[in-house]
Amino acid sequence: MSAVEWFTQGLEVVVALAAAPVLLGWLNQCRAWLQNRRAPSLWLPYRNLRKLFHKEALIAENASPLFRLAPYVVFGAMVLAAGIIPSMGTRLPLVVSADAIALVGLFAAARMFMALAAMDVGTAFGTLGARREMMVGFLAEPALLMVILVASLTSSSTALPAITESLAAGGLGLSPSLAFSAVAFVLVLLAENARIPVDNPATHLELTMIHEATLLEYSARHLALMEWAAQLKLFNYVCIGFALFLPWGVEVGPIGPMGLLVAVPALALKLAAAGAGIALIETVSAKMRVMRIPEFLSTAFLFAVLGLLVHVLLGA
Amino acid sequence: MHIPVHPVITPLPKLLVGCVVLLLGWAAVGVAGLLRPRSVRLAGRVLFPLGALIGLALAVLAVTSLLGGGIERMVLPIGLPGLPAHLRLDPLSSVFLALLGAAAAGISMFAGGYFRAGQGTAPGLLGLQYHLFLASMGGVLIAADAYSFLLAWEAMALTSYFLVVTEHRRAEIRRAGLIYLLMAHVGALAILLAFGVMHGAGPFTFHAMRSAHLSAGWAAAAFLLALAGFGAKAGLVPLHVWLPEAHPAAPSPVSALMSGVMLKTAVYGMLRVGLDLLGPPVWWWGLAPLALGLFTILYGALFAAVQTDMKRLLAYSSVENIGVIFTGIGLTIVFAGSGMPAVAALALLATLYHCLNHSMMKSLLFLGTGAVLHATGERNLGRLGGLIHRMPWVAWLTLIGTLAIAGLPPLNGFVSEWLLLQSFLFGDQVPHTFVNLLIPMGMALVALGAALAGYVMVKFYGVIFLGRPREASLEQAHDCGWLERIGLAWLALGCVALGLLPVQVIGALGRVSAQLLGAVVPQASAHSWLLAPVPGRPVSYGPAVLLTATVAVVLLTMWAVRLLYRQRVRRVSAWDCGFGALTPRMQDTAEGFGQPIRHLFQPFFEMQRELPAPQDSAPRYRISIRERIWTIAYEPLCTATDWVANTAARVQQGRISVYLLYSFVTLLVLLAVALLS
Repeated sequence: MSAVEWFTQGLEVVVALAAAPVLLGWLNQCRAWLQNRRAPSLWLPYRNLRKLFHKEALIAENASPLFRLAPYVVFGAMVLAAGIIPSMGTRLPLVVSADAIALVGLFAAARMFMALAAMDVGTAFGTLGARREMMVGFLAEPALLMVILVASLTSSSTALPAITESLAAGGLGLSPSLAFSAVAFVLVLLAENARIPVDNPATHLELTMIHEATLLEYSARHLALMEWAAQLKLFNYVCIGFALFLPWGVEVGPIGPMGLLVAVPALALKLAAAGAGIALIETVSAKMRVMRIPEFLSTAFLFAVLGLLVHVLLGA
Repeated sequence: MHIPVHPVITPLPKLLVGCVVLLLGWAAVGVAGLLRPRSVRLAGRVLFPLGALIGLALAVLAVTSLLGGGIERMVLPIGLPGLPAHLRLDPLSSVFLALLGAAAAGISMFAGGYFRAGQGTAPGLLGLQYHLFLASMGGVLIAADAYSFLLAWEAMALTSYFLVVTEHRRAEIRRAGLIYLLMAHVGALAILLAFGVMHGAGPFTFHAMRSAHLSAGWAAAAFLLALAGFGAKAGLVPLHVWLPEAHPAAPSPVSALMSGVMLKTAVYGMLRVGLDLLGPPVWWWGLAPLALGLFTILYGALFAAVQTDMKRLLAYSSVENIGVIFTGIGLTIVFAGSGMPAVAALALLATLYHCLNHSMMKSLLFLGTGAVLHATGERNLGRLGGLIHRMPWVAWLTLIGTLAIAGLPPLNGFVSEWLLLQSFLFGDQVPHTFVNLLIPMGMALVALGAALAGYVMVKFYGVIFLGRPREASLEQAHDCGWLERIGLAWLALGCVALGLLPVQVIGALGRVSAQLLGAVVPQASAHSWLLAPVPGRPVSYGPAVLLTATVAVVLLTMWAVRLLYRQRVRRVSAWDCGFGALTPRMQDTAEGFGQPIRHLFQPFFEMQRELPAPQDSAPRYRISIRERIWTIAYEPLCTATDWVANTAARVQQGRISVYLLYSFVTLLVLLAVALLS
């Protein structure tokens, strides 16, 4: 492992940490523009984090150590995931330690800790949120694995770098099977990141909350870590999408300083486009009832299965 | 890579003799308990820990034998005339012996602190049944002829039956025991028939069965009979009905042994028959265990999600895990029969790995529930909660098992799941149309099962250990004793070790795939911390890296937060939305956690709901859930059996003159037949 690779690895993590709040800020800005509102500042998520970190932490009387540990574990898992996903280069030291399936497992571990922490204080909304969060999880996971399966069929590997490299070698076009699974992936991304139409990130009505309900008892630095982790999760999912479907600009093969000069701006451009796209989807759709979520996610699953059929039957 | 297709047969079976001595040691420990059958101190402080040491020794011995990779044979001059007891120790039985020893070590240690003088069987007698149960499971694993195999198999069924009905003064426990005994014997009958088909014209030794050349039809019949027999013991749907009855009825260490170890002896039997005794398998045999296994995964997970009794929940979770294991067996056979030995080896490793994992994590969880049961006297999830404050040892050690069984990296449950999914990814290369489409879809079911297991485990752990105590009496709950802690910690350690050292474990398990399939999976990575077992594909997984990196990031974040922001923490009451005092009753219940599942998968359940009327002054909401299989299959079957028995009973009048008449008529008929022919 050369120094450049370790440097890129570190850079990837730092960029993820720094860019994740901006991505959310950009998404909110786009959404406000699309809805004819005055947009909040791009840096608002940063200010929020700073404010939260400076506050005194309030913890419920009967919270166990698990409650205080969970934000760190969730945050740690997301940071690690950011290091594993090949968002800039494919030959990085950490990427070999987990393939796409292990990455899904890592996200599942973070979700489990969040759900357990939500149940720890023992309020009605916390347990409700935990239950719903886990429900979205078990519906999204099969769809996500089918997406990964389709992507891995074309490259004979579930390792993200291998998928990215074989895609990048194939030119700009996207095969029909991958197009189907890309649609499925977008649906899963919306569900997993608590976006409209599955969950409303801006809601203040406890009854309709999913993700926010699990965080109700958190405050100050613990809340800041949880929010930062959620932003990182969105960033990570978008980057997984890039690795599976849009590998343009990612440095394949041994990485050099020139490659980074291409990879970083390309990533920024793709993130900007993705943020705008998500904002558009959120603007044109309405939040659905909780019991409609299974239909939404089975649609995602069906799209992925269509991709599989197209690949196996037509070889495309 | 070097593949030892014809392993060396050592002349002096040292390890096998050692095994037999250790199993006899278990029996002796059991008999010793009869010296003072009422003494809790003798059984708990001396005999059970001694049994644990024997288990440890057995595990060490089995691992030694596995790493050696040889086969040892021995013939003991006991048994039927003309059929002495054949014993054999090979890599396959070594793996399962190691599993038995390692799990028994933890469970026996825990049992030493668990059993107390109570209503049921006396401790000494219980110790005898318990240790004979252990010894007979070992006997099943080293038996090498049909007679001694079935003898050990039946001893295992009987001893475990007596253990299940330890609290035999309660009617529902006797009922559960009866269902268990019935299913065990239906299964044993199928196994007996399978052996009958397999032995052909030769003697009943396994060695003769291997060389018997069966026609395709008979071989398939033997395979399906074995699937039914071993499936009934393992808990494969639709033969799983005894599991959710017997596991909650048994004392917790016994539930742990039954779920963690005994179900695996059935898996051992299936592998022995399907991959060894019947010779090279035909690919389509595998479709039966594959389809049943996939259905079992979904079925077990769904029913686990709606349970309100913590041990029933774990029993259904065992059903789910047996589904995973049989799915692996099915894949192994499909790949092996399709000329893909390297991929078949991968699927076989996933199967064996999951057996090891499940024995550790399910035993840990059952023992955890046992500790909770002792401390609170409650099995109903609706009356538990908040125990992490009162029982930190049990809670934190059980958390490891919970995360492991939910299939989360870097613990052990994920490794086998990952291996299984990787072998599923080769499904599209099976040279049979439709099957190559359906197998990748099966992967989605495995994924759904794994994700549902996460849901179930959040419910299990969250409702028992987190939140606020739902009953005032829980405030008096106490943590478990030292022996119990050692037992729990040993099993938790097993979960962590199996999770972090997959390369080493797979290296050892490779001896089995070499023995049964003549192929081993490659270790493509030069690093011993990076698992890369997929033939021809650059995929790797490094759990130790994941754990180290996560811990490093967590510690770094904690340090940075502490350094930069020195704000203190204040304890306040929980946010009540301005409503006023929150009560523990406002928490989500176990029933509430089951609600989305009941809603989404309605056709699976037979539900009876009692909803309160709007004017009810004391409203009560009740729901009872049954398996449809009872109304569809088992109850009609029972009625039919009753009818046949009653009809047949009409011939029996109980009067000697009638029976004499029967004899006379028979004689006349026979004479008529003899005269006419």
